[in-house]
Amino acid sequence: MDFFELLAESLNALTLNKMRTALATLGIVIGIGAVIALISLGQAGQKAVQSQIESLGSNLLTVMPGAATTGGVRGAAGGDTTLTYDDAKAISTSPEITAISNVSPELSRRAQVTAGRNNSNTQVVGVIPSYAAVRNVTMSAGTFITSNNVDSEEKVAVLGPQVVSDLFGDGADPVGQSIRINKQAFRIVGITVSKGGTGFLNQDDIVFVPLTTAQNQLFGVDYVSTISLAAKSADVMTEAENQVVYLLLSRHKIKDPANADFRIFSQADVLGAASQVTGTFSALLSGIAAISLLVGGIGIMNIMLVTVTERTREIGLRKALGAKKKTVIAQFLAESIILTFVGGVIGMILGAGLSLVISHFISLPFTLSFSAIVLAIGVSAGIGIVFGLYPARKAADLSPIEALRYE
Amino acid sequence: MIKVTHLSKIYKMDGVQTVALSDINFEIDKGEYVAIMGPSGSGKSTLMHMLGALDTPTSGKYILDGQEVGNLSDDELAEIRNKKIGFVFQAFNLLPRTSALKNVILPLSYASYPKENREKRATELLTMVGLGDRLHHNSNQLSGGQQQRVAIARALAMDPALLLADEPTGNLATSQSEEIMTIFSDLNKKGHTIIMITHEPLIAKFAKRIITVRDGKIIKDEKNGKHLKIKV
Ligand SMILES: Nc1ncnc2c1ncn2[C@@H]1O[C@H](COP(=O)(O)OP(=O)(O)OP(=O)(O)O)[C@@H](O)[C@H]1O
Ligand SMILES: [Mg+2]
Repeated sequence: MDFFELLAESLNALTLNKMRTALATLGIVIGIGAVIALISLGQAGQKAVQSQIESLGSNLLTVMPGAATTGGVRGAAGGDTTLTYDDAKAISTSPEITAISNVSPELSRRAQVTAGRNNSNTQVVGVIPSYAAVRNVTMSAGTFITSNNVDSEEKVAVLGPQVVSDLFGDGADPVGQSIRINKQAFRIVGITVSKGGTGFLNQDDIVFVPLTTAQNQLFGVDYVSTISLAAKSADVMTEAENQVVYLLLSRHKIKDPANADFRIFSQADVLGAASQVTGTFSALLSGIAAISLLVGGIGIMNIMLVTVTERTREIGLRKALGAKKKTVIAQFLAESIILTFVGGVIGMILGAGLSLVISHFISLPFTLSFSAIVLAIGVSAGIGIVFGLYPARKAADLSPIEALRYE
Repeated sequence: MIKVTHLSKIYKMDGVQTVALSDINFEIDKGEYVAIMGPSGSGKSTLMHMLGALDTPTSGKYILDGQEVGNLSDDELAEIRNKKIGFVFQAFNLLPRTSALKNVILPLSYASYPKENREKRATELLTMVGLGDRLHHNSNQLSGGQQQRVAIARALAMDPALLLADEPTGNLATSQSEEIMTIFSDLNKKGHTIIMITHEPLIAKFAKRIITVRDGKIIKDEKNGKHLKIKV
């Protein structure tokens, strides 16, 4: 028997018992499908969180008002009003601050934004021009907020793409038109490029206005909600943090850093916390995947054992008619490889399809992990081969008559 | 061609011993036509399995064409079963859910028989045993007698020098039995050695020599009406 005859013989044997072949394949399909879907969803989630955090800007330090909480106890009174535009100016002008390249004070509030009859409840952020540099904002039309806008408290606005499509329809170019924010008219001067993201991370559903306008005309406050800082490089993050803490403590006349009325954290802190969460999530999914692979594997094992034991008589007959031991074994090996391979490929397609659909619905980027595919198919093929080969070899070792008598 | 000395087969099951064959001795020359008779359970099939190199004796020697079968490897035995011996099982043993044609092709596919001639050869043989119109019937769609004839066609596929048939006419009507016996006689005339087991004296008459077995021993060995001496 040559290779093709062997293949034909195996396919023939597999089609003889269609139901069992289908069930065996189904076990593998479900095992592999689950593994691929779960692992790729886990990785997609991890990737999504990471890329969104990274897209906030690299080398980013964020200063927030409020006390550092230690063991749930607030170190000092302060509330959310302790940071000011002057703090930001001081950071950018102080000669002692050497590791910071850009300072972006921001005042962020939700507000009602309307254009004609359309309205939307949107994040409105008061900014100065350096925001664009710190947060990697690029423009698809018009210009970003300028220092002139800020200095003369102009009522101009830059819209995120989501806001544009909510208020003006997809693909509209409303630069030059006006919108109302809390009933005050603002002229649209620019539109940003989409950054993606969903839910609280959505960076497209946003309206930028000059910081001074936001403080004095829209919201009537004199503080800022955050100050974002870009360090000169990733290497000087700690230095930058120390310089800023020192400056702000002395400006706020606080001696003990434990009583600080602001908090400062870096991109790395956020990323670290987030990847810890998504890592746990991924590990959980991988665990479930491993269990389903194990169950699928036991299914394959069981079917192969039954198949071979049931066909001991057939093995005896084939040997009686002149089949050599290795021919018999090769046939069973071919059968289990076909079984696991076909099941593996179908499972892979289903798993990938499933994770594509799910990631579409929960707006995650779709990823297909090559290593997961190799692992899943490798394991199930291995199980199929080992547990198909062992009983086949046992049957092939019997004398033909013993095998033929087997019940 | 065949020489058997002190051949015994003892089955051990759950501590119970069954002596199926005890100390069998005989010789069969090339071109002989032998019938083996005897009551049920006397060890005929067991003996046939030994001669067909399908099972190993508990003790004793079996020499086929000058080779001691007990010394051969598993693969050498497979080769002998494929090339030299054609075996018709008492229980037919066709491959289930497989067509008559594929069943007959099976031994050809284990030999290096030219691929393109296999189907032709199998069709000829099936036609010869009267199943030309049943080529594509699966074994479970055939009657007992038809299955038996497929088994005979399969045994003849490789044109074996030694044909071993365990009650080849057990399920056949008289007319069909006679057709099969004609085929066997023709083969024998061409020089093939034939050993068959049968219960029917009329069928045994086709053979030139009749060996009678009882309780695992040869009790009678007649050739052309003359008694041969039974070796001990
Ligand atoms: N695998 C086995 N295990 C135990 N005993 C066996 C086995 N095979 C056969 N025997 C016993 O060996 C004896 C001979 O059996 P065998 O099949 O050779 O009889 P037979 O002459 O062919 O009978 P029949 O004419 O009914 O076919 C019987 O007593 C049977 O019970
Ligand atoms: Mg018998």
